[in-house]
Amino acid sequence: MIKLLWQRFKQPIDPWLLLFTLLVFVVSAVLLYSASNQDVARVSDKLTFMGISLVLMWCIASIRLQTLMRLALPAYVVGVLLLLAVEFFGVTSHGATRWLNIGITRIQPSELMRIALPLMLAWYFHLHEVHLNWRHFVVGALLIVLPVGLILKQPDLGTGLLITSSGFYVLFFAGLSWRLIAAGAAAFGGLAYVVTHWNLCINILHEYQCRRVATMLDPTSDPLGAGYHIIQGTIAIGSGGWFGKGWLAGTQTHLDFIPERTTDFIFAVYGEEFGLVGNALLLLLYLLVIARGLMISNGASTTFGRLLAGSIALNFFTYVFVNMGMVSGILPVVGVPLPLISYGGTSMVSILASFGLLMSVQRDRKLMKG
Amino acid sequence: MKHRPMFGASSRGKTRRNSSNELKNDREVRGAYELRLLAAAVFVLLLFGVLLARFFWLQGIQHDKYMTLAEANRISLVPVPPSRGIIRDRNGVILAHNFSAYTLEITPSRIDNLEATIAALNALVEITPKDRRRFKKLQDESKDFESLPIKTRLTDEEVARFAANSYRFPGVEIKARLFRHYPHGEIASHLIGYIGRINDRDLADLEEEGMLANYRGSEHIGKIGIESSYERYLHGTTGFEEVEIDANGRAVRTLRRVPPRPGHDLQLSVDIKLQEVAEQLMAGRRGALVAIEPATGGVLAFVSQPGFDPNLFVDGIDPQTWKELNESPDKPLLNRALRGEYPPGSTFKPFMAMAALEGNFPLVHQTIADPGYFIFGGHRFRDSKAGGYGSMTFDRSLTVSSDTYYYQLAVQMGIDYIATFMSGLDFGQRTGIDLPGERPGVLPSADWKRKRFKNPAQQKWYAGETVSIGIGQGYNSYTPLQMAHATATLVNHGVAYRPHVVNRIVDPNTGETTLVEPSPERTLPWKRENSERVIRGLASVITNGTGANAFRNAGYVAGGKTGTAQVFSLKGGKYNARNVHERLRDHSWFIAFAPVDKPRIALAVIVENGGFGAAAAAPIARKTLDYYLLGKLPEAPAAQAASVAEQPSAEHTGD
Repeated sequence: MIKLLWQRFKQPIDPWLLLFTLLVFVVSAVLLYSASNQDVARVSDKLTFMGISLVLMWCIASIRLQTLMRLALPAYVVGVLLLLAVEFFGVTSHGATRWLNIGITRIQPSELMRIALPLMLAWYFHLHEVHLNWRHFVVGALLIVLPVGLILKQPDLGTGLLITSSGFYVLFFAGLSWRLIAAGAAAFGGLAYVVTHWNLCINILHEYQCRRVATMLDPTSDPLGAGYHIIQGTIAIGSGGWFGKGWLAGTQTHLDFIPERTTDFIFAVYGEEFGLVGNALLLLLYLLVIARGLMISNGASTTFGRLLAGSIALNFFTYVFVNMGMVSGILPVVGVPLPLISYGGTSMVSILASFGLLMSVQRDRKLMKG
Repeated sequence: MKHRPMFGASSRGKTRRNSSNELKNDREVRGAYELRLLAAAVFVLLLFGVLLARFFWLQGIQHDKYMTLAEANRISLVPVPPSRGIIRDRNGVILAHNFSAYTLEITPSRIDNLEATIAALNALVEITPKDRRRFKKLQDESKDFESLPIKTRLTDEEVARFAANSYRFPGVEIKARLFRHYPHGEIASHLIGYIGRINDRDLADLEEEGMLANYRGSEHIGKIGIESSYERYLHGTTGFEEVEIDANGRAVRTLRRVPPRPGHDLQLSVDIKLQEVAEQLMAGRRGALVAIEPATGGVLAFVSQPGFDPNLFVDGIDPQTWKELNESPDKPLLNRALRGEYPPGSTFKPFMAMAALEGNFPLVHQTIADPGYFIFGGHRFRDSKAGGYGSMTFDRSLTVSSDTYYYQLAVQMGIDYIATFMSGLDFGQRTGIDLPGERPGVLPSADWKRKRFKNPAQQKWYAGETVSIGIGQGYNSYTPLQMAHATATLVNHGVAYRPHVVNRIVDPNTGETTLVEPSPERTLPWKRENSERVIRGLASVITNGTGANAFRNAGYVAGGKTGTAQVFSLKGGKYNARNVHERLRDHSWFIAFAPVDKPRIALAVIVENGGFGAAAAAPIARKTLDYYLLGKLPEAPAAQAASVAEQPSAEHTGD
């Protein structure tokens, strides 16, 4: 009986992915305890979120891939409608309108889009796999532009870019022409160059975002505002040295020099306390998660599974890269959390939901084999 | 298994397929996908390599440098708040400035027993119960680790006494701070406004505007009046000091200093002398006076009585004083000039007359019978002149303020025409003055009524309601600012300037001056002969009409109009001031301008519950004009009271 239950429980789970996730969770809890100045309440909050997210992951992993495919279009439509609702009835906080008030709590529909967009695109390219041509890629691009446009209007540049990238990865795995990719990369690079070097502030970028880009190039230009984050984050990481100052011993952290040290800038705390060796180990851990995702993509039995898994794995990578790049001062400060580690429930829930999708893809293969 | 072409946009994607090469094609597709997977893996490794290189740079190679920086963190940035811009009147008289003084400040989180500490401090520096109450209130509004003033403006002797004993009081410090001071006290308080301590709502607003960094170190922000609407200019740019701090967070020495840039100074269009005269004239009453320079839209005087002392608010008002101000039936905190909405009474008639001329309505050319009432829809609308004038013409209607005439005019014009015409004069909408919190007033129309009421029975506009609109009663209600603005527009022959109180903004860092240019907001397409005719009519009010008493022997030619706004509906009974409770007495209005041929000033005065317009408001307007045009100061208050009490003569009972 118990054995049966155990079977039922572990059936949808991919043990490798679960193992890596749990390892990251351990790092996360240990780190948060230090970053929050030994605030047990926050750590237990975080553990609760982990529990909820794992349950959600299990639930999603239990859904058959065919069912997920059927859910793709409705999820996308609902996501876009919610984004429109934000546009008209959204709650404004800190100059951005990102939330919808649904009575009990506020929800952030752009988080739903992180899952819904790759699902939708993977489904769309799966549907047209037989007679795929350039028109489908145009449609694919439009499917990305619609929600991203709404998100940029909120304004939320960070999430907008991340969701664009998640959509782009589906297009990439579906076979977007290399030439177009090269041209796109060149255009993006050129744009970034123009924005940063001529300090042009185009309409999409809000004033504070421009300031952040300008600040990244010269953190001392705004030492009281955004530059402060970068200066202090860099000092924290650099002062960590090879082996770090040790757990609970980061002076930058505990003398309150690092802003947002439990959320977006938690990596500065990690870098300070665990040093270069710790950083390398964390990168390795993240790499294992990404590699497992790409393996699942490679092993998938359908185009849908392949595209979905590939996009999820690369999107996870993008989060890691953007956050670490921002905290260590090679990317501008955009509000992107360090996946699975930063304090904050929404991002963890959406990431573990995407891991659930990965597991569902993986299970689909087993079923096909069986 | 289906084949998966993987080339999309590339020309190879159009590879022809048939069943025989499906397997081959499938393999080709699979190969292309694997290539992409490989590319993805390389991409990931490459960028992780970049991160690792960056970590190696920071933590391996540059570690010593950052270690030193962290050790010296220790390097702390201390914001240096800028000094706030100075506000001057049009002649350079200072209305708001800063001075530096010592304050005694307590950081509650560093103190175990607050009561005992304050009691001990009291032995050195006198701390009044008022100081304690204010401190208590500040404490409720602030976070514990903030340093809060317990006593401001210490004398040198008090500073010395505390300094000698400071070792006994950890968590208590003497700080030199800049204080805002309003040297004229209550005068122009509603105009200038005040600054107060930044609260959570201000913080949220600042964050929304992305201005938070510039307010690190600032403790005050403009709350109302000019201090609020020009906050962006007045505040200045925060500087900072890089200081080395020891392990306890104390500054050891300054490494680098970027000085703050002081805020911009403002020069107002307001003449503080004129303001003072007008306020003296209205002292002890409730009401408002707004005077505008018609040629520019510059506000010359902006009075709302009673006022308050803005200095009380700067460092947190103590709760008891606040309660007194807030709960006083005279509402001293209400900016009546900007936010008080009153029925305009007969001061509405000149604009009705203008509307009639522009619409060329038949009544303008007729002489009507004036029995002292007007019957419409079975209802008798009474004239304030019992028995009426027998007959009435357009030109005489303004002079004697005939209600009967304007009842009929309103009916002839209809509510839609009236509403359209009046909105051109900014009735029922904000004038756009550079002060926060302006009220739009109510310009009634069929459309307005539909939106205003929820009950369908109340949504319909009845023709009978138009009648009293003609004499400025009914749903009509406007702010004194709107009345002054409309008067200025009228005497400008329809050229409307946006009213403004600030004339120029001066950057003290560069000496650069930004002028607030008078720009005609709109030019109403009026015939000049029409506006001239109305202006003549208003001049006749002063020479031989309802304003004649108040303006006897004025050394200039003025125009004006009295008005009496009903507070209390009489239901047909005869109004007798003596029988009505003071708060239910009519409001007294007067609008005026002078000189008639080229007006330099246009104003509107309202005295709440002042009775007839000719009685209370007109003398105030007269003396204000006397001062502005002739430099003549009003006589002693006793004589003033006598002239106010003077009863209007029989000929001038118009209103």
